[in-house]
Parts: sequence; structure tokens; C-alpha cells
Amino acid sequence: MPANYQVPRVPSVDQISVEERAASFTTRSIKTESKLAGLKMVAQMIDLTTLEGSDTPGKVEMLCRKAREPGSGCPPVAAVCVYPTMVPVAKRELAGTGINVAAVATYFPSGQASLAERIDEVKRTVDAGADEIDMVISRGEFLAGEYGKIFDEVAATVEACGPAHLKVILETGELQTLDNVRLASQIAIDAGAHFIKTSTGKVTPAATMPVTLVMLETIRDHYLKTGKMVGMKPAGGIRHSKQALHYLVMVKETLGDAWLDPNWFRFGASSLLNDVLLQLEKAQTGRYHSERYLSMS
Amino acid sequence: MAENVTKTPSSKSEKTNPSPRLRVQKTYKLYIGGNFPRTESGHYLTATNHKGEFVANICRASRKDFRNSVVAARAAQGGWAARTAFNRGQILYRMAEMLEGRRAGFESILVQQAGYKSAAAESEVSAAIDRLLWYAGMADKFVQLFSATNPVASSHFNFTMPEATGVVAILAPPNAPLLGLVSALAPVIVSGNTAVVIVDSSTPTIAMEFAEVLHVSDLPGGVVNILTGLRSELIKHVGSHMDVDGIFSFGSSDDERRTITIEAAESVKRVEFIDDVPAEKWTSNTMQSPHWIVPFVEFKTAWHPMGS
Amino acid sequence: MSKPESNSVRDLLFGNLWDYSPSIESASNVIIKPRYGHFINNKFVEGENYFQTINPATEEVLSELPTADDKAVAEAVAAARKAYEKYWKPMSGQERAKYIYRIARLMQERARELAIVETMNGGKPIKESRDFDVPLAAAHFFYYAGWADKLQYAFPGSEVSSLGVAGQIIPWNFPLLMAAWKIAPALAAGNTVVLKPAETTPLSAMFLAEIIQEADLPPGVVNFVHGAGSTGAAIVNHPDINKIAFTGSTTVGKNIQRAIAGSRKKLTLELGGKGANIVFDDAAIDQAVEGVVKGIYFNQGHVCCAGSRLLVQENIADVVIEKLKHRISTLRVGDPLDKNTDVGAINSAAQLTRIREMVAIGEEEGAVKHESRCVLPDKGFFFAPTFFTGVTPSHRIAREEIFGPVLSVLTFRTPEEAVAKANNTPYGLGCGVWTEKGSKLFKVAGQLKAGIVWGNSYNKFDPSSPFGGYKESGFGREGGVHGLLSYLEVR
Repeated sequence: MPANYQVPRVPSVDQISVEERAASFTTRSIKTESKLAGLKMVAQMIDLTTLEGSDTPGKVEMLCRKAREPGSGCPPVAAVCVYPTMVPVAKRELAGTGINVAAVATYFPSGQASLAERIDEVKRTVDAGADEIDMVISRGEFLAGEYGKIFDEVAATVEACGPAHLKVILETGELQTLDNVRLASQIAIDAGAHFIKTSTGKVTPAATMPVTLVMLETIRDHYLKTGKMVGMKPAGGIRHSKQALHYLVMVKETLGDAWLDPNWFRFGASSLLNDVLLQLEKAQTGRYHSERYLSMS
Repeated sequence: MAENVTKTPSSKSEKTNPSPRLRVQKTYKLYIGGNFPRTESGHYLTATNHKGEFVANICRASRKDFRNSVVAARAAQGGWAARTAFNRGQILYRMAEMLEGRRAGFESILVQQAGYKSAAAESEVSAAIDRLLWYAGMADKFVQLFSATNPVASSHFNFTMPEATGVVAILAPPNAPLLGLVSALAPVIVSGNTAVVIVDSSTPTIAMEFAEVLHVSDLPGGVVNILTGLRSELIKHVGSHMDVDGIFSFGSSDDERRTITIEAAESVKRVEFIDDVPAEKWTSNTMQSPHWIVPFVEFKTAWHPMGS
Repeated sequence: MSKPESNSVRDLLFGNLWDYSPSIESASNVIIKPRYGHFINNKFVEGENYFQTINPATEEVLSELPTADDKAVAEAVAAARKAYEKYWKPMSGQERAKYIYRIARLMQERARELAIVETMNGGKPIKESRDFDVPLAAAHFFYYAGWADKLQYAFPGSEVSSLGVAGQIIPWNFPLLMAAWKIAPALAAGNTVVLKPAETTPLSAMFLAEIIQEADLPPGVVNFVHGAGSTGAAIVNHPDINKIAFTGSTTVGKNIQRAIAGSRKKLTLELGGKGANIVFDDAAIDQAVEGVVKGIYFNQGHVCCAGSRLLVQENIADVVIEKLKHRISTLRVGDPLDKNTDVGAINSAAQLTRIREMVAIGEEEGAVKHESRCVLPDKGFFFAPTFFTGVTPSHRIAREEIFGPVLSVLTFRTPEEAVAKANNTPYGLGCGVWTEKGSKLFKVAGQLKAGIVWGNSYNKFDPSSPFGGYKESGFGREGGVHGLLSYLEVR
């Protein structure tokens, strides 16, 4: 297959213009009702995440509780995102809540394992109850120009996911150029990704607005061409409500209303939720709030 | 130069030699598009020497001759500007070489027709040659002198460089019939403009002699077009022609400036006036300057993002 | 690029699922006086024939100003002449620089106020006056301040000297920025100034006048007089003015060139344009579309270098037009003081009429109109972002400057045709070229007869970057070292 893989033709991307356009979204002034509505939307789009070597069932239980009942009048988040070993804990804690369990598989975060091993991990994780799988592509292969292999691994992972939804992490911080981001996005989409996702959170830079914009534009063009919607998940580095609202602005003005929906847009974040809560408190009480009144996450 | 003035030329040799060899006189025509046509009007002027004696009949260029010259200049402009600066410099250098080779003839015209002392004639011709040389060397320098990279406060590479304006009409200086002409012409064409030169001096024949120098200097036809005639009857058309981009005028009175500029405004022409100076002052180095190139260049600024 | 399969195409919906609440910049701290005078010798002086200036977004009267006749202009010129001889000409470049730096700093300190008054009086979105006009205007003063004591290095080997009194006439599209473009280089080069703001947008200049007072400039170095064309003519015709700098319409520019005929006044003109944005099929297409939008809808299209003609390669025209349609439907048109407004008010009723007339002509001539489906405010002068397809070079909307948010889309097949079409205009101010192929970009950029060529960008400005036109777009440059040429005698 790689031998005769037809690399998709994607438009070039001009970095400086993309950065300018991305920056223009940050000048939107989101106040009062739209801020309140936006914050709630952000919360509902969060994949509340813990991906640490030190994760324990206790930590995951705590996170799941926060996911269910964030407090401050905030709706529950979209999903809890954990390592495969923690899927049973999360599944138990979130049963009946409508909150999905997402798990990073395919030898996250490096992806440095054979395809068979990665597929095997995906299958085990889905069997353990994960609703969503966040895979990593092999950045090394991508940078070596082995685009067919990227297509194959994503396609194989989609298949291995069965009913679970697949988010494909491009690790854009390692792909570096926006041209690479555009091409990798297109390959992942062509191979059947349900979502494309920027980052593992383990590499700097993680999600940025310019990278996310290029991915959104890939999604948009694919939709206009095929009618097929693909979801988007920026992850890593989005810690503040204001940043998250800027991302929402970008989604609204690039893809339109249909993507302002947790089914089609997610934030991969751990500390964002608490900042949303602080802002919600401020919006509701008029007081600047303090984290000492919020539970840890 | 006067309109159809005739005065019997005196020739001592005719009196002393019973069967003199009759000199073959030269017919002076115009120089348009690399050719030497007669004026389409059929009108002529009589050139006289400083004593008022007949020298030659010369063409009295008409509005239509001017129009034809502009057509030729426009046709030649793109190609001339597209030549490398090095090549334009070479051609100006060739012009200097050709003038050097024919300097005796030019000196003799200055002495016999313009009344120059021989030392002054020699000085003017030398200065004209040297001036061509000076501008020849300027062809690939002025762009550097007047270009800039601009440190803009964004991730863009930004630079500015001069480009030729287009077709420039030159109203040649009445004084210094050779040197003035060369001094007015060289800064215009060196940047890639083409020129239509209107000569209304006391010694117009020298301009047509100079056209012959141009003709053998590898200068593409149409880059320089030379018309002899009456400035007073041509300036209005020079000003009003919509395909002329600039006017370089020497020795204009306030009235002439007014006429030219009012007409020139209709197409927003670049108009530059320089006062004429006595012939001997034209040899001064102050009468050559990169700032004589600037009025007939356009500064183009280009931006490009710097990213990856 | 393959065309979309029509049976599976869905459209994007840019609706109100999550709308932005109004976010109005508060004007409560900005005091606009009910009446201003001319500004002569650092004092506001009363005049005659007061006219009202309004907010084009609300049609409310903001203030009133006098009309300068020959006598008032003569007073201002006399003040400038005296200031030139007595203070500004003898002063060292370094001291001049300090004054100009002061102006820049004070503008930064009062930036918010300046942005608000600019938006209220001109109709431009606060986002633009705040992020573009005001900071760039201050930057111009900073840039040229630094030249004041370095003029001898500007053109090595040449002697330079100031000209004297500069008469400056500026337009209504960037009132404060154009004042900065005119005043900063003039002062740096050692000239004094009489400036006439546009009659529809005189107020930011009055705030600048206050700043000049605060900066304690010697009296008469900068003077402002108000009025319309007759005041401008009085400046142009005043015998004691050495230099005229004009930015505005080509028609008026030509009149000025005629008016100074026979005088020894120096002249620079920044006139109209009909800029082409050329998009090749190998362009970074989404960024190109963004540049096209920025090129024509920035400042309601009231931009002399606007990319008012889109020349798109025929084989990608459908895709580009589709993207353009989506993009303009996200432009927010409305209250210029709302921080989320992208397209504000048309500057005046007269300009709105002109835009409507040109759009009607475009329709009569058979071009296909596309406009964004936005709701326009009831009061004030507004026009929805619009573009025409099916335009050819002979359409009037492809030839005449509309000076509004109206784009004409034409197609081409080869680079040669693109250049020919781009140059097929008496104007020559700005052009954009969008291609990822460097050699093509350089070639096309070289062939365009335009003073500014934006490669893979559009409507970028910087104090260090010279700006000005070819052909009927005027002559002379503003910005950069070349901008000094307009205000110096160079020998």
C-alpha cells in the first residue's frame, strides 16, 4: 500500500498570514451573556484530562467527580481522558452520567511501537470500556515522508476502535510547519479519523491558535467537498477561559454553528475547568473569585 | 534658430577658386524610432550660425512628429527597462566612445556654428563625453543608492527600489547645445526611461549629429527620439499627451512652466524644471547628479511575509 | 483543485447559536467640545461660517468648526512662516527631534481617547482605530523624530535643507494617521506646517492640536485650519507656501497640480487607486482569501490602495468565490464603537450615495452581485460588504474607484494576462500577488506598475516603508527615508 499511496494535494499555508488571522480572533470582545454562554459551552467541551505517570485510581476518581459536578452552576464536561490502565476506574465512576471515557492509546505519547502492538493496545482499551480513543501518529514516519504508513496506521486504528470514536493526535509541535499540519490533518481525515487533535500535551508547543486554525480549515474544506463532518480537539496549553473563548470564536467564524457542539469540538485540558469555574463565579456574583473555594482537579 | 531666415552665406573659396568643388550638404532630418524621417509636416526652419549666416534647413517638427515619437518611445520602453543595468551602462559607455571618435566634427560645429573658441569647444565636447561616462557608471549604482530595505515592525521582508517611470519628454537646454543635451538625456535614459527630446537651441544641427552617434551606439531604436523645432509650438502637446509620463524641462520661463504643468496635470505627469545655465557652467560637476535621475523613477515597495 | 461533488455539498451556517453581546467602547471619558476653532500659534482661534461635524454611525452632531477663508489661511501661513524663521529653522535637529518624540509619546498616552474620537467622527470600527490608526500614527512620529538630527546621512554626498512652510491637505479615511504621515516628516525635515483636515473628519486633528499644545511646540510650527475645497484652494494658492502635500481624490489632485503651475512650490500627491489582488492557483488559498477580504473591507473600503479588483486564476475561481462568500458572512457590520464590529459606517451620506450609484451601475452592466446577509442599523450610513462576479475590464466597476466595501472579481488564465489586466488602469498604487512560487512572485511584482506590491499579504503599513503611487495615483512617497525627499531640498 505505501508504495502506491497517493499523497493528497493540499493547499500551501502561509504561516505569517495564519498567525495574523488567528490573532484577529483574540480581539473579539466576549462580555456578559455571551461570556456566560461561552463559558458553559467550553465546560461541556472539555476532555478533563490526567495523563501522568503518577496517576492512581484515587486521582482518577477525584477527576471523575469533578467532571460530573464541577459546581458553580457549571454543566458536566464531555469526557474524562486517562491512560488505558485507568479506563475501568473512569468507566465505573462515570457510569450513567453521559460523560465519555476517553483513553490515550497507541503507546502514547511517543507512539514508538510496532503497528501490531499499537493496534493491540487500542483493542484492549476499547474492550476495557473506552468510548473514545486518542491515538498518536508516528511523527518520525511522517517527517521521513512515509505518508502511506500514516494513512495505514490511522485506518487500522479506526478499524480497531470498532464503536469507539477515534481522535488522531498529530503532535503538531513536532511536525513544526503549518504545511505539515495541513497535510497530516488531511491524511488523518482521509483515513477515517473522527476527530483530529493537536497534541499530546507532552511536547511544547502544544495547541496553538494558528495550528488549530489550519486544522479547522482542513476540516471545513473536507466537509464542503464531501459533506462529512470531522471533529477538532486542541489539547495542551489551554489553561484560561479567555483562551478557550478565543478558540470558540475561531470555530464559530471558521466552521460555523454546527461545530459549536461537544460532538464536534473538544478541549483537551486539565486546569482549564477550574478557570472556567472562577469566571462563572465572577459572572454570577460580580466578585473576582479565588481558587481556594474550588475543588482541585 | 529662426523661421525661414535666409542670409547669403559668404565663401571666400568661391571667389579665389574659379571651379571649386561643391560641398555636399547634409540634410538634417528627425530621429524617431531609430530612423531618420523628415518631418511629416514638410515645414522647415533655417539654422544659422552665430553670425546669422545660413547653415542648414532643419525640420520643424510638428505635433504629429511628436506623437510618432511617443509611440516609438513607448514601444521601446519595456524592452529598454528590462535590459540589465549592466547592459544599459555598456550602451551609455558606447555612446561616450562614439562621441570621442567623432569629437573633431562636434568641436568644429561648435566653433563654426555656435561661435565657440576652440578651447571652449574642446572643453564642451570633453565634458559631454565624460558626462556620458559618468552616467554609464551610474546605471548599476543608482538603484543601490536609492533602494532600501525597510525594518518594518512585523514579520515581513520589505524593500524599496526605483524603477523607470516610462516615457519622458525632454525640453533640452537652449545653452550648451551638445553638453546640455547630453546632460539632460543621460539621467533620464540610464534608469530605463525612453525619451523624446525637443531641441530648440541656437545650434540645432548638433543635436542631429548627436543622433547619429546614438544610432551607432547599440542603443535600441526608440529609446531616444530627437525632434528639432519650435519649443513654443510644441510644449502644449508635450504637456497634454496622455502617454507621456514625465517632462524634464530646462530653462523654462514661468509662463512656459505654467503651460506645461497645467496640461501635464491631466495625466498627473512628473514634471521637473531645471534652470538653464550659461554654456561654460554646464561643464561643472554640479550639473550631473543622481538626483537628476530621481524625478523620473518610481519607488516600488514590496512586502513579503517571512515564515516557514 | 477538484470541484466539489454537488450532490454531497452542504453549506456552512454562520448563525446565532452563540452570538457576541454588544461590547461598546465607552466614550464617557472623551470630551468633545461643542465648538472648535482653527489652531494657529498653538491657540484655538474663533473663525467664521461654522459647519457641523457628525457621527456617521448615528448622524448626531458632535461639534462645529469654522471655515477658513483666504484671510484665515493667510494668518495660519504667517504663523507658520514666523515659526519657521524664528524657531524651527534655527533649532538643532536634536531639539526638533525631542519635540516630535514628545508628540509621539503623548499620542500613546492618549491613545484610547484618540481612537474613540476617530471612530465617532469617521465611522471606522474601534478595533481598527485602536489597533491600527492610532498606534501607527504615533509610530510615524517616533520614526521621523529620529530622522530630525540625522538628515545629513539620509542621502550621503548630498546637501539637504528644509523647504519652509508646507501646506498639507488630508482626506477623511484615516484622519489622524494621514495627519501623522504629513506632519511628522515635514517637522523632522525642518519645515513648519499648515494642515487642513477633511471637513467630515476634523476632530482627531483637534485632539492632536491639544497634544501639540501639551508638547509645548513653539507656536506656529503646526497649524490647523478647517473647511472644504475653498479652504484647500486658499492653501494651495497662498504665495508664501513652499510645498503642497495632498492626499485625496485624483480629480482634486489634478486641480492642485494645475493650480500650482508656474509657481515654484514643490508638490507631492497621494491620489486614488484601483488595486488588483492577483490570486494564482498555487497560492496559499485560505490566506489569499483572507488577504482579499482585508484588501477591500478594511476601513469600509475607504482606502486609496484598496484591493478593489480581485484577479483570480480561472481554474480556482469557483473555490475562491465560495470561500469569499463564507468569509464575508462572518463580517460584523454595525456600531463602530462595538469592539466586535468589523465593518463600520460609511463616512458620509455623499459617499454612501456614490457607493450605491456604482453598485447600481455594476448591476445594470450585468455583473452578478453578492452581498453579505447582515442586518444594517436603521440610523447612520451603512453598506453591506459586497462583491461582483462576472466582471470584465470594461465594466465601470472594474475601472472606477468606488471607495467602499465593494469588490470586483475578474479572472485570468496566465501570468501575462494577470499583469496586463492589473496594469490596465490609469492608477498604480497598491497590488497584491498571491503565489507560493517565488520566481513567479518576483517576476509579476516587477511587472506591476504600482508603488506598493504586497506579496502574499495586503494592506500592510509601516512608518519605515515608503508609500505612494505610479501614474495617476500620484507622485512622491510618504514613509521611510524616501518620505524625506518630499520635504527636503536635496542638492
